[in-house]
Amino acid sequence: MVLNNDEEFITLDKLKSGGRAVIVEILDTNISIKLIEMGCLPGEKVLVRMTAIHKDPIAIEVSGNLIALRRSEARSIRVKQIEN
Amino acid sequence: MSRKIHIALIGNPNTGKSTLFNALTGLKQKVGNFPGVTIEKSTGFFALEDGTMAELTDLPGSYSLFPKSLDETIPFKVLIDPAHPQRPDLVLFIADASNLKRNLVLLSQLIDLKIPIILALNMIDQAKAKGVQIDIACMEEKLGLPIVPISARKNIGIDKLLHQISLGGKISTQSFTFDGQTEIEDLAVLQNSLGVSTKYNALLHLHHGFTNKVTKPDHKAALDKFRSNNLFDSGTRQRDDLLNRYKLISAILSGCIKEADTSAFKRRQEKIDAILTHKFWGYIIFFAVLFLIFQSLFSLADYPMKAIIACFNWLSERLEQAIPGGALNDLVSNGILPGLSGILVFIPQIAFLSMFIAIMEDTGYLARVAFIMDRTMRRFGLNGKSVVPLISGTACAVPAIMATRNIENKKSRLITILVTPLMSCSARLPVYILLVGLAVPSKTVLGILNLQGLALMGLYVLGFLAAIAAATVFKLIIKSKIKQYFILELPVYRLPNLNTVGITVVNKVKAFLFQAGKIIVAISIILWFLASYGPPGAFKKVEDKYAAMKPENEAQKHAFALQEKTDKLQNSFAGDLGKAIEPIIRPLGYDWKIGIALITSFAAREVFVGTISTLYGLEGEGSDFNQLRANMMKSRDPVTHQKTYSFATIFSLLIFYAFAMQCMSTLAVTYKETGSLKWTLVQLFYMTGAAYIFSLLIYQLLPAGTHLF
Repeated sequence: MVLNNDEEFITLDKLKSGGRAVIVEILDTNISIKLIEMGCLPGEKVLVRMTAIHKDPIAIEVSGNLIALRRSEARSIRVKQIEN
Repeated sequence: MSRKIHIALIGNPNTGKSTLFNALTGLKQKVGNFPGVTIEKSTGFFALEDGTMAELTDLPGSYSLFPKSLDETIPFKVLIDPAHPQRPDLVLFIADASNLKRNLVLLSQLIDLKIPIILALNMIDQAKAKGVQIDIACMEEKLGLPIVPISARKNIGIDKLLHQISLGGKISTQSFTFDGQTEIEDLAVLQNSLGVSTKYNALLHLHHGFTNKVTKPDHKAALDKFRSNNLFDSGTRQRDDLLNRYKLISAILSGCIKEADTSAFKRRQEKIDAILTHKFWGYIIFFAVLFLIFQSLFSLADYPMKAIIACFNWLSERLEQAIPGGALNDLVSNGILPGLSGILVFIPQIAFLSMFIAIMEDTGYLARVAFIMDRTMRRFGLNGKSVVPLISGTACAVPAIMATRNIENKKSRLITILVTPLMSCSARLPVYILLVGLAVPSKTVLGILNLQGLALMGLYVLGFLAAIAAATVFKLIIKSKIKQYFILELPVYRLPNLNTVGITVVNKVKAFLFQAGKIIVAISIILWFLASYGPPGAFKKVEDKYAAMKPENEAQKHAFALQEKTDKLQNSFAGDLGKAIEPIIRPLGYDWKIGIALITSFAAREVFVGTISTLYGLEGEGSDFNQLRANMMKSRDPVTHQKTYSFATIFSLLIFYAFAMQCMSTLAVTYKETGSLKWTLVQLFYMTGAAYIFSLLIYQLLPAGTHLF
């Protein structure tokens, strides 16, 4: 189970526009405080709603909020992709 | 004396906080600070049912009591610092009824501080329309607080809320403090030595008290002891604290709320986003909006601006006749009045600009602008949130710098503050208009484009490019250890609330008048003194010379009076200063007269025009630009007989005014916002230094006798 983790999980920046996933964990503690405050926390479903030029920043829908974040920040969010 | 209670209005951003504030207090508000975009401290008043006066303070929107931006430190300080003047007797907590889970996180932190709270569930009408069902009684019981459902926009439930405020709030007996902690006894000891009322309060001191100067220095030892005894890692603690709160809140809400399918509502929002953040059309729309704003800033604002100038000229003439001649008359009509008109003349532009920004913010569009511009701005060390200050900077750098407070990223915020004054503010406009008129003919090219208009636009573009270039340099110089991030909520689209927009505009104008006004009037009085008095010997000579002249008729008398004024200015302290700096400015192509104008316009750029008018024998500001330009063009160097205002000199002057830091108010606000004399001086010297170097290059490299056409 633990061995499979790397294959099963991706970071949020890899998710395409329109892609859905469930948040597994946030790797960077400092960023996680800000993200959690805004409703982006482990266990929540996330949808990549739109992206700016070069997919950076991206806007995600999570817990009913629309949140913009940079790709570098999305990279610190580990998610499990779900089929649409 | 009647009793007064202090109420703090607290909540997440985008919950309609300002709208509720306006609904409760109307225009009975005072602004305690310079406004940026909803980030100033506003206070309002209203009467309770028993006649008690309530003072309501609107605190900046915040997601939690773990501050990350300057904005968020304000609610933290107000609640945690026992000595804070705004410390509330009651907290009015506002939450978005359709977004309770996240909103209640901050509320749960306030509950743990054991303060009296009333919860207002805002936008209850929208939640109902979406089909969300909220059992108010159930929530009141679980949270242990009085709850009033309202819609601030539609004025629903406001009277019930007022009634509840009269009854008072409640201190909830609930606790959301993470109890998985083993050091609970240590925390009780710390609570005691800090002298605070709750354990959670002590915990907040541990996390953010010291960095925000809320914890007293002599308590540092107690905090350090606790940290080392308990291997206290602030970051993970804050994270776990928040996660625990979500867990407890979810449990409460699942029993009291029935969520609804909101996909129809979301689809409408998605459609608007698809257009406004489109990778091509999004930018076209943004630039079209900017174009529209500038057009109206310079066409619509022009009429009231002209009216204000006309009023002051009339008033100045009247006063000159009404009060007896002498120093007092002169001080009022040549010192204070021009100073005042110099401030009032900017009101139309500031009003229009703040109106547009308030509308853009209220509708939710502003956050989208930050979203689409972030990547571009990042390259220059700025971020998406820098766009608003930079745009505001084209009206006035002072409110623009205030608007940087919601930038969490300290480095980006500092850079934004440092470069914003390079944007062409409205004080540069009169200088540009005068000088461009000298150098560029008023011709029409390509059928519709006015050549002078194009040159003016070129100067605005130059200001923007200079700001970007300076930002790039600062990005390389300023070191930052903290990881920078950009995380921004994109609020749902709404129609703008005209009431909120109107009150915002009134407050911004008021703040500009009282804050900038004081400095500008003080400086104008000093400059008036420098320009009206001189070393006794030389000054007396001028006075004697004109006293001896016998004008033959009224016209000649008038001409003599003007000449005397010109002579006096040349022999005044300001004139001496101009001559003293001539060796420094000669290489830029300026003579000592321009030197006088540079000195008098140090406090505020627009003073240049008034000084130049006096130097070339015109009646001061409101006079005819064409006549002034004709006089300037006649002026020649007494030695070389070259034109004083050659194309190279004018070009060099334009560049100087584009880059130089000649605004006391901006320096004052930079000092206040950065809290650092070092960065204030950096701003003064890098801008003025760049102005000197580039003007020097322009003047030295342009061959003499160059003409544009």
